[in-house]
Amino acid sequence: MNNLTKPLLTVRNLKTYFKLDEGMVKAVDGVDFDVFPGQVVGIVGESGCGKSVTIKSALRIVEKPGEIVDGEILYHPQKNADANDGPVDLVTLKAHGKKMRDIRGNEIALIPQEPMAAFSPVHTIGNQLIEAVRLHQKVNKKQAFDIAVQALHEVGMPNPERRMGAYSWELSGGLRQRAMIAMALTCNPSLLIADEPTTAIDVTTQAQVLNLLRSLQERHNMSIIFITHDLGVIAQVADFVVVMYLGRVMETGTVDDIFHNPQHPYTKALLESIPTVHSPSKELLPTIEGSIPHPFNRPAGCPFYPRCADFMAGVCDKRTPSLQKINDKQSVSCFLHHDKAEEDEAA
Amino acid sequence: MLLYVIKRLLLLPLLVIIFSMFAFFIIQAPPGDFVTSYIAELAASGSSIDQAQIDGLRSLYGLDQPIYVQYLKWMGRIITGDLGVSLDWQRPIAELIGERLLLTVLLGIFTFLFTWALAIPIGILSATKQYSFIDYFFTVVNYFGVSTPTFMTALVLMWLAFSKFGISITGLFSAEYVDAPWTYDRVVDMLKHMWLPMVILGLDGTARLARVMRANLLDELKKPYMEMARAKGMSEWRLVMKYPVRLALNPLVSTIGWYLPLIFSGSVIVATVLNLPTIGPMLLRSLTNQDMFLAGSIILIYGFLAIIGTLISDILLVWLDPRIRMEES
Amino acid sequence: MSERDEMIAPADEVELSGVVATLGDDAEAISVAPNWKLVWWRFRRHKLALIGGVVIIFVAIVAMFPGFFSTQDPNETVATDSFIPVQKLRFWHNGRFQIHVFDVEGKRNPETLRMEWFIDETTIIPLQLFSHGYAYQQFGQFETDRHLLGVTDPESEASFHLLGTDRLGRDQWSRLMYGTQVSLSIGLVAVLISTVLGILLGGISGYFGGWIDMVIQRMIEILQSLPPIPIWLALTAAMPRTWSVEQTYFAITIILSLIAWTTLGREVRGRFLALREEDFVVAAKLSGCSQMRIIFRHMVPTFYSHIIAATTLAIPVMIINETFLSFLGLGLRPPAISWGVLLQEAQNLQSIALAPWLLLPGLAVIITVLALNILGDGLRDAADPYSH
Repeated sequence: MNNLTKPLLTVRNLKTYFKLDEGMVKAVDGVDFDVFPGQVVGIVGESGCGKSVTIKSALRIVEKPGEIVDGEILYHPQKNADANDGPVDLVTLKAHGKKMRDIRGNEIALIPQEPMAAFSPVHTIGNQLIEAVRLHQKVNKKQAFDIAVQALHEVGMPNPERRMGAYSWELSGGLRQRAMIAMALTCNPSLLIADEPTTAIDVTTQAQVLNLLRSLQERHNMSIIFITHDLGVIAQVADFVVVMYLGRVMETGTVDDIFHNPQHPYTKALLESIPTVHSPSKELLPTIEGSIPHPFNRPAGCPFYPRCADFMAGVCDKRTPSLQKINDKQSVSCFLHHDKAEEDEAA
Repeated sequence: MLLYVIKRLLLLPLLVIIFSMFAFFIIQAPPGDFVTSYIAELAASGSSIDQAQIDGLRSLYGLDQPIYVQYLKWMGRIITGDLGVSLDWQRPIAELIGERLLLTVLLGIFTFLFTWALAIPIGILSATKQYSFIDYFFTVVNYFGVSTPTFMTALVLMWLAFSKFGISITGLFSAEYVDAPWTYDRVVDMLKHMWLPMVILGLDGTARLARVMRANLLDELKKPYMEMARAKGMSEWRLVMKYPVRLALNPLVSTIGWYLPLIFSGSVIVATVLNLPTIGPMLLRSLTNQDMFLAGSIILIYGFLAIIGTLISDILLVWLDPRIRMEES
Repeated sequence: MSERDEMIAPADEVELSGVVATLGDDAEAISVAPNWKLVWWRFRRHKLALIGGVVIIFVAIVAMFPGFFSTQDPNETVATDSFIPVQKLRFWHNGRFQIHVFDVEGKRNPETLRMEWFIDETTIIPLQLFSHGYAYQQFGQFETDRHLLGVTDPESEASFHLLGTDRLGRDQWSRLMYGTQVSLSIGLVAVLISTVLGILLGGISGYFGGWIDMVIQRMIEILQSLPPIPIWLALTAAMPRTWSVEQTYFAITIILSLIAWTTLGREVRGRFLALREEDFVVAAKLSGCSQMRIIFRHMVPTFYSHIIAATTLAIPVMIINETFLSFLGLGLRPPAISWGVLLQEAQNLQSIALAPWLLLPGLAVIITVLALNILGDGLRDAADPYSH
């Protein structure tokens, strides 16, 4: 892709911990990735791997007792007057301060998992869309109304003027998600974060929503971070893939590399567990041995070693592998592939 | 919406009928009929009544007819505004109740407004600052508010005012205004006296409502729409006021249905302790003295006030919550 | 288990391993614990609710053995001893441990002709634990004269009043002990009646639905929109004055529960409605369980902890309502003793101004109701499987 241009968003060594009475949950524990302009980055992983917390950290909407304890999230503002001043480290901004609020919704927008619950049931769709417009644009009510209707029109909402007066629970699941996307689009954001936007809707509608997102991305040249546990969805929409497990990045690479040339044992295991048309019928699919450890029982060393087929005793359970480039586009955090690099570091 | 209100309105006559039957049952409860008691009362006070008048009264109340005829006659008179005569006071009931009713309703409305004005901010503050000092403080105050019977508060305040300041805080008027006609000065005097019963009556309710508000708001604050609103870039305070507070109000509005009647009827006890000229102490006196027509009429009035409270809460709720509006039409 | 242990041996986080290991065990234990155990574990963490529970246990013990805790016959009137003030309990006398109170001395005020009492700090009345006093019956069976506290020398004429005396010279402390029995048990019995009514009618309404549900719902709606206090007043006033103490006692519990069951009835109905659609109930139906078995083995256990919590929260309301009624002279009447009857003595300003200690039984009401409310809230939170 556009590896030569500057990344829009750079996440480095991000750590977000939840301090509970029972102990510390390291939901995100050292995550690195980049998002380039116009790129669709898919973050994939099982539930509890920290993918949602990662993007909530980027939006700075992690709720107590969660807290970003380390790392940086560099963002290049595209709209503000200080657009040319270089990147802003979002971690240093006040979570509810003016600067962060100017970025949230305006530069980085969110499409949530459950459109049903994300709309207020006692305010009309229009009310909530107009509010989104007027939070970031100096327009009057009439203009805001027109912008909102335009956004609804763009996401393929039939009868957009009439829907402005509807309540979220009067719409079908697919339309509701379209309305959510419209709300995210009202301010023309540079980065759209979609948090499992298709989990709550049925498969046929899913495809429509995915196509819509893809076409909107091309039209507006937005970047999208797409979060899902569904590898099929990733294959459809993403350019670049980040595979996460227990708060850490296991592997990153282009969608082709990840699907056709996976390097990390976890990525390989994940891919083997999806059925394909070619796999023989009535045969058990391979599964990953064991289960995801309880968040308090995070293993030391590589988080995946207790379930790993290539576990090396005395190595994987002693030290944590860092994410290392193995070629131009692909990085892996596994001792199998870059113990040489580790040794270099040690030396 | 209209349909819903009509449906609720249809329930009202049923309520009125049930309530009037109950009131009539109360009137009938003591042994002996009204006219016999009336004659005895007159004889005790030294006056007498001739047989023709007695017969007139008997047929007026239908005392020689079956019980349902008596009930219907009584209802018929009530509808025309004739509440009957009080045995105890020897005066028409409507005349007796008039001003007291006005004062009861005024006290009720003041208390209600006071409760809401206090409970909502307390609830918002404790929920948005959960586990903070202010939250714990109000939790403790609320527990005491809920756990202290209103008459205890009234008694203690009365005693403190008397022993520390030597003043008596009973009544709703200063001595010179008790029987005076309504003037601007009398209204001012009443307002000066009204605040104390209002606070005493409202404490318990404030504590309850603040707890309801806090719990509702805590539920709402966890909802996904909060995250979405934050992600839009709304400021924290503005979004709390627009979404969760607005949604937490709905369950609070539905409490009006039982809270308003409770204020009206709950004032019986406080009014008795503080010696307020409302209908509460009069109900108590009429019940103890077996002045049953007066007691029945007052109970009927309480019933009406309760029904009006339910109606207000229903209509407000429908107006506030589009989901109910949709469901019902 | 051994696999797990291996897994959680963090080489560089030794100090954390202890915590993690216990949590690991907990996770195991939690998944197999019965519901009541889970509720208890959650409840244990509410320190305030635990304190409330302890207070209630104390009050309940007093309610069970009022004779033992009282110091004098609660109904004994001594006309010459009216309005004796509180005699504070003291433990040290002349440097050595001796439970005692100071004696009181009465002087007649020559102007008002009223007896005025002064604490005489020079003479003490020595007291001892488990002493002999007036004879009373425990549980209506065993006659005894043992009391927790009494004068050392039972032969002496000395008497003491920890909470002072009332208009008729009756000992308020002893009356409070007996009042506790009556007030607490009225609350309990009335709540029991309304719980049974609530579960029965709410359950029928929610389980069967249809027209039965309609009728019961309208009934609840009507009952709930009636103003309770005037109704209670009217009903209690309609009780014949000739009724015995026991008769009025039961009449009052029934009158109080007539309206109170509706709240619980609504709640139970809501739960039944929700549960009816649950998979495990459908599964029980499909495997041929009888209706009774489905209700009592499958449905009720899922919310009985809520019922306990709701019941606990209803008791204080009942206690306050009984106190209201008796305070106004329409509930229990003397010679019955309840907290409301005691407070009736403090109904007007003249009495309180003269003898402020008459308000003290109100403190017992507040403490008990407070403890029950806190306990009930703790139980409710613990009963909610989704709370944290």
